[in-house]
Amino acid sequence: MMALVASLGFWIAAWGANIWLANSRWRSTGLVRLTVPLLFGVTLLVLWEGIVRGLEVSQVILPAPSLVAQTFAASLDILWTDFVQTVVKGAFRGFLIGAAAAFLCAIAIDRSGFLTRGLLPIGNFFAALPIVGVAPIMVNWFGFDWQSKAAVVVVMVFFPILVNTVQGLKATDSMQRDLMRTYAASYAQTLFKLRLPAAMPFVFNGLKIATTLALIGAIVAEYFGSPTRGMGFRISTAVGSLSIDLVWAEIAVAAMVGTSAYGLIAWIERRVTFWHPSHRK
Amino acid sequence: MRNLLPILTVLGGIVLLWYLAVAPMNIRVALDQAERAGSTITPEGSVERRSVSVFRLMADNSEHVRAAYALDRPRLPTPAQVGAELWKTTGDMALKGRAFSNRSLIYHAWITLQSTLWGFALGMAVGILGAVAIVYSRVADMSLMPWAIISQTIPIVALAPMIIVVSSQLGIEGRGVPKAIISAYLCFFPVLVGMVKGLRAPDPSQLDLLKTYDASGLQSFLKLRLPASLPFLFTSLKIGIAAALVGTIVGELPTGAVSGLGARILIGDQFGAPLAIWSALFAAAILAGLLVTLLDLTQRVALGRMEGRA
Repeated sequence: MMALVASLGFWIAAWGANIWLANSRWRSTGLVRLTVPLLFGVTLLVLWEGIVRGLEVSQVILPAPSLVAQTFAASLDILWTDFVQTVVKGAFRGFLIGAAAAFLCAIAIDRSGFLTRGLLPIGNFFAALPIVGVAPIMVNWFGFDWQSKAAVVVVMVFFPILVNTVQGLKATDSMQRDLMRTYAASYAQTLFKLRLPAAMPFVFNGLKIATTLALIGAIVAEYFGSPTRGMGFRISTAVGSLSIDLVWAEIAVAAMVGTSAYGLIAWIERRVTFWHPSHRK
Repeated sequence: MRNLLPILTVLGGIVLLWYLAVAPMNIRVALDQAERAGSTITPEGSVERRSVSVFRLMADNSEHVRAAYALDRPRLPTPAQVGAELWKTTGDMALKGRAFSNRSLIYHAWITLQSTLWGFALGMAVGILGAVAIVYSRVADMSLMPWAIISQTIPIVALAPMIIVVSSQLGIEGRGVPKAIISAYLCFFPVLVGMVKGLRAPDPSQLDLLKTYDASGLQSFLKLRLPASLPFLFTSLKIGIAAALVGTIVGELPTGAVSGLGARILIGDQFGAPLAIWSALFAAAILAGLLVTLLDLTQRVALGRMEGRA
């Protein structure tokens, strides 16, 4: 009971601190902008720990964060093999192939206005479909190892990136294109110096959407058959044997991978599209 | 309408590519079957053929290429086969009055649709309330927004089996609730982001005008911010409902569900029935198309009426 009361106390204190910070005169400094959400996250963890301990929730239902952290530290080697199998081999390779294919496809299609008009609605429709459903088909076609996972990822990331790139290539206005014509710029020059840079914010938007999709695809495909390693494989077997703390450790890995992949792409985006209004200081 | 011809052309191209791909995908199985039925195939024996490329096989056994288009369990079915299977499990069964038998895709689509709509309602509520909190409270803006973004970078599928196990341990019957939670998780984010944008859409002069009218906070919310956010809301609802459908199907896939479109995919995989998988996939696509179209029509009617009143 003490744990529950203590965590509730912490919650109220952190809430008060956040309100004070958010209305203080340092509210637009970087430190406060980082502290407020961090404090909120820590509060959630403390509340979770307090509720699990205070109400003595069975660890088969919900293990405490401290237990998950212990399991995480104790099974680093398992988590690492799973990470390599699912993320490095499946998701990352699929992401690269899918993104490159979609990018080249978009540039090829862009030369024909007719095809672009036909493809945009269809691509948008496909991007909204539950494509994860092709996972069993891909496992059937490409076998149990990482190739089938990469194939699912390719199909999943293809359409969002394609649609965004095609839209991005249309983002220049006619004044800018006319200017390039007065410079006697060739198609390739216009593409590389004007239209591709202008398309980059859209492309990165597609890439950001695709990072999460890639992880989802690689993990779901493992539910349909995989060698005896991989995050999806581990999660489904660990749920079966009720070692829920290991499942949460895998979820923590997935969360860290997802967030850092997103952060990495956002970082590259800021380097590439430094000229865009949303990145100007 | 201007886009109709290009769309049809692209669709035609996709179908053509699909038909072209069927023969190389299925030729090995077709040749194995033909050999078992007594035809002579070059080279003999499926082990021998494994080292020969599919195009070589098609050239050497051109009379058997036709068979690749009519297999019972093809690796890649033709669009016509998928269409026939889809009709057999929907329209045909409905005509026989068995639309809701558990072999009918209409029944499975109905199960999926229910969870999708519950998840959509839940996600919409969370998204809209979250957006109101973020717009009106600086603390919520600073603490919630980063976590809302982070939540979307976490692959929910990792959590899906967990949510199902936990809710069954807590004594929640059936799969409706966990599936709805998963789809709400996927669908709340677009609604949240769209609503935050929408509620902040009125410009300061409009808000100032309402202040000079001595409007209360509630009044300026109901009469200015909420109507101004509607176009944004509808756009994000369309993304949200597609995401909710994805969530429901993901919730059905990994965990041995027995009804719903995701479960049909799973069962088709376990029983080696590719046609069942493909027809369930197409049914899911049709369902997604219908839901988005429905919201699109609602948007046009609602926004059209707002224009008329203004």
